[in-house]
Amino acid sequence: MKIHEYQARDLLRSYGVPVPPGEVITSIEQAAPAYKACVAEAGLGEGGLAVIKAQVHAGGRGKAGFVKLVRSAQEAEDAARFMLSNKMVSNQTGPEGLDVKKLIVAAGVDIAHEYYLALTTDRKTRRNVLIASAEGGVEIEQVAESNPEAIIKTPLHPLTGLQPHQARTVAFKLGFKGKQVGQAVRVMTGLAKAFLDKDCSIAEINPLILTPPTPEFPDGQVLAIDAKFNFDDNATFRHKDILALFDPAEENPAELTAHKFGLSYIALDGNIGCLVNGAGLAMATMDTIKLFGGEPANFLDVGGSASEDAVTEAFRIILSDEAVKGIMVNIFGGIMDCAVIAAGIVNAAKQIGFTVPLVVRLEGTNVEAGRKILQDAEGELPTLQTATDLGDAAEKVCGAVG
Amino acid sequence: MAVLINKDTRVICQGITGSFGAVHTKGCLHYGTRMVGGVTPGKGGTRDANGLPIFDTVDAAVRETGADATMIFVPPAFAADAVLEAADAGLGLICCITEGVPVQDMIRVRAVLDERNLAARGADVHPSRQLITLIGPNCPGIITPGPKTGNDTSADDPYTNAGCKIGIMPGYIHTHVSEAKTGKAVGIVSRSGTLTYEAVWQTSNLGLGQSTCIGIGGDPVRGMNHIDCIKAFEEDPETHGILMIGEIGGTDEEEAALYIKTHVTKPVAAFIAGQTAPPGKRMGHAGAIISGGEGTAQSKVDALKAAGVEIAVSPADMGKAMALAMGAGVGVG
Repeated sequence: MKIHEYQARDLLRSYGVPVPPGEVITSIEQAAPAYKACVAEAGLGEGGLAVIKAQVHAGGRGKAGFVKLVRSAQEAEDAARFMLSNKMVSNQTGPEGLDVKKLIVAAGVDIAHEYYLALTTDRKTRRNVLIASAEGGVEIEQVAESNPEAIIKTPLHPLTGLQPHQARTVAFKLGFKGKQVGQAVRVMTGLAKAFLDKDCSIAEINPLILTPPTPEFPDGQVLAIDAKFNFDDNATFRHKDILALFDPAEENPAELTAHKFGLSYIALDGNIGCLVNGAGLAMATMDTIKLFGGEPANFLDVGGSASEDAVTEAFRIILSDEAVKGIMVNIFGGIMDCAVIAAGIVNAAKQIGFTVPLVVRLEGTNVEAGRKILQDAEGELPTLQTATDLGDAAEKVCGAVG
Repeated sequence: MAVLINKDTRVICQGITGSFGAVHTKGCLHYGTRMVGGVTPGKGGTRDANGLPIFDTVDAAVRETGADATMIFVPPAFAADAVLEAADAGLGLICCITEGVPVQDMIRVRAVLDERNLAARGADVHPSRQLITLIGPNCPGIITPGPKTGNDTSADDPYTNAGCKIGIMPGYIHTHVSEAKTGKAVGIVSRSGTLTYEAVWQTSNLGLGQSTCIGIGGDPVRGMNHIDCIKAFEEDPETHGILMIGEIGGTDEEEAALYIKTHVTKPVAAFIAGQTAPPGKRMGHAGAIISGGEGTAQSKVDALKAAGVEIAVSPADMGKAMALAMGAGVGVG
């Protein structure tokens, strides 16, 4: 699960990580007062620099014009008007674009240096790891490729988490000096604590910045400018506060509906709908379709304990994608009972009706009963073809779609 | 011989009175597994629908039944505790079927088990301690098939009198080496459940038996990994070939490829699922996600090819690839 940048700022603040003054607005009228408030709090006068950023999960905001620097209340209002009344289109949103409902208005800060800071789980060592680099503000993957020595990785012990001495060592390696060191250590230990407390899969600050010296901070101030948190979906049951931050408007509606029925669905670009039990077999089914020259329209795992209703709903979701020109059902029953799938297919035929080719391959638990249910309902399944194995099914559906 | 479990393995179920635990305890009994009891705190002293004794704690269950192994079906919030309770009770094989266990819980569980196993390996110091093997979580379990001697209809008429199934896989798709046309058996290791059944079915249909099949699960932090299983299969005289089924995400398959290159003499075949999966999207399994350019199907296939592994390009050809790797004599067209 992902959250918005403004929510990430709040979370960071609650763990003692400083962020520039700013607030969230939802209307054009709020822009000018928000601008005045944040520049005042930052000690800047009228004409001070502020930044306005659209709150959407999709990347590419800057290029799309949805991150703007402003130097007056009027400019702030103009920027807010643009972002709240146009759809944001970037390389990550698709051509239809996204509605923007919330903006951050935050004080601009002078930057002496940019850093990268993140926590994630290293699957290989089975440890959480702090990743830091003095080359911040850019794609960390690029740094990892071009200059791997510039990335400092510090593993966390499962019992103790990030210790202050580890954070200090990293701070010195990053080149922090004087009072900056203590500030950087507080940021790192705060971020690590948030990561562990909230069962994150990623907690990232990029960029973390150092400001030039000011009267209040003679060695400069260490601030988090942008942050990203991802949470372990398996652990949100014990974090009601995090679940409350979930924004359904950011999710694909079909994927949300699927989730409600215990189905795992991901929309893709092709025209062959898939219904499979098990994630591995679902991926393998997509791969087989591709090998026979077709393009999968979705990933759909009905899981092991789906009811007839959930199966029927799965077909409703698949068929709601207008690009779908054929459907392949591939079931290898283990926990899943083939008869439940077959009954779900028949229900879907009665409630929705299949006009596109439907290729069904059943194997495993209670397969004979499943096949019989389909045979008995032949009249209601005019487009049904049965298949003997995975390859046969993929070949038939790709042939039928053409 | 097979790997890890055989007809003599005594198995308990943690969560035996839950809906899944009950169904699959029955399923294992019908297959022929020596199920000896179960654990549900608060229901100790009673019996389940099959007449198996239920205990309040794993420790009591182990003391009373002499169990060697456990299968865990408790809900995800309690799964880490269940694994650690089984380890504390001295069980050597812990099979956690539960799906949806938080990653941070598994990091702590692995740290505890790794520490114990490290201590147990110093055999002079702790001669009585045995190693603990964890399979899963989020996995179908492990099966050592036996020859068909019954009808799979009840504990009195089990499918086999010489096999052991700990988990949720359909038993009948497996083939004991004595019933395999080729007289050969393969070991199968996989991150996926139903895709494993597919592979088992294909090898069975090509006249290959299976020595043991292990579903290691689709989570990023888990017990056994590919290498552990491949090592066990390499050392098992009754395993003649190894079929490995991987998927996108992580670097397990790449590491296994290096291991195969330097340590494995038996024929190995592999399939990697997720060649068509887009980056950044979690494909059902918590572990199946391509991130930061790492864990793509291509990098895994390349590493395995470099290790001399026979690659099944299509999942419809996993059995064929295995047969090919084992050479002529297994009767592939």
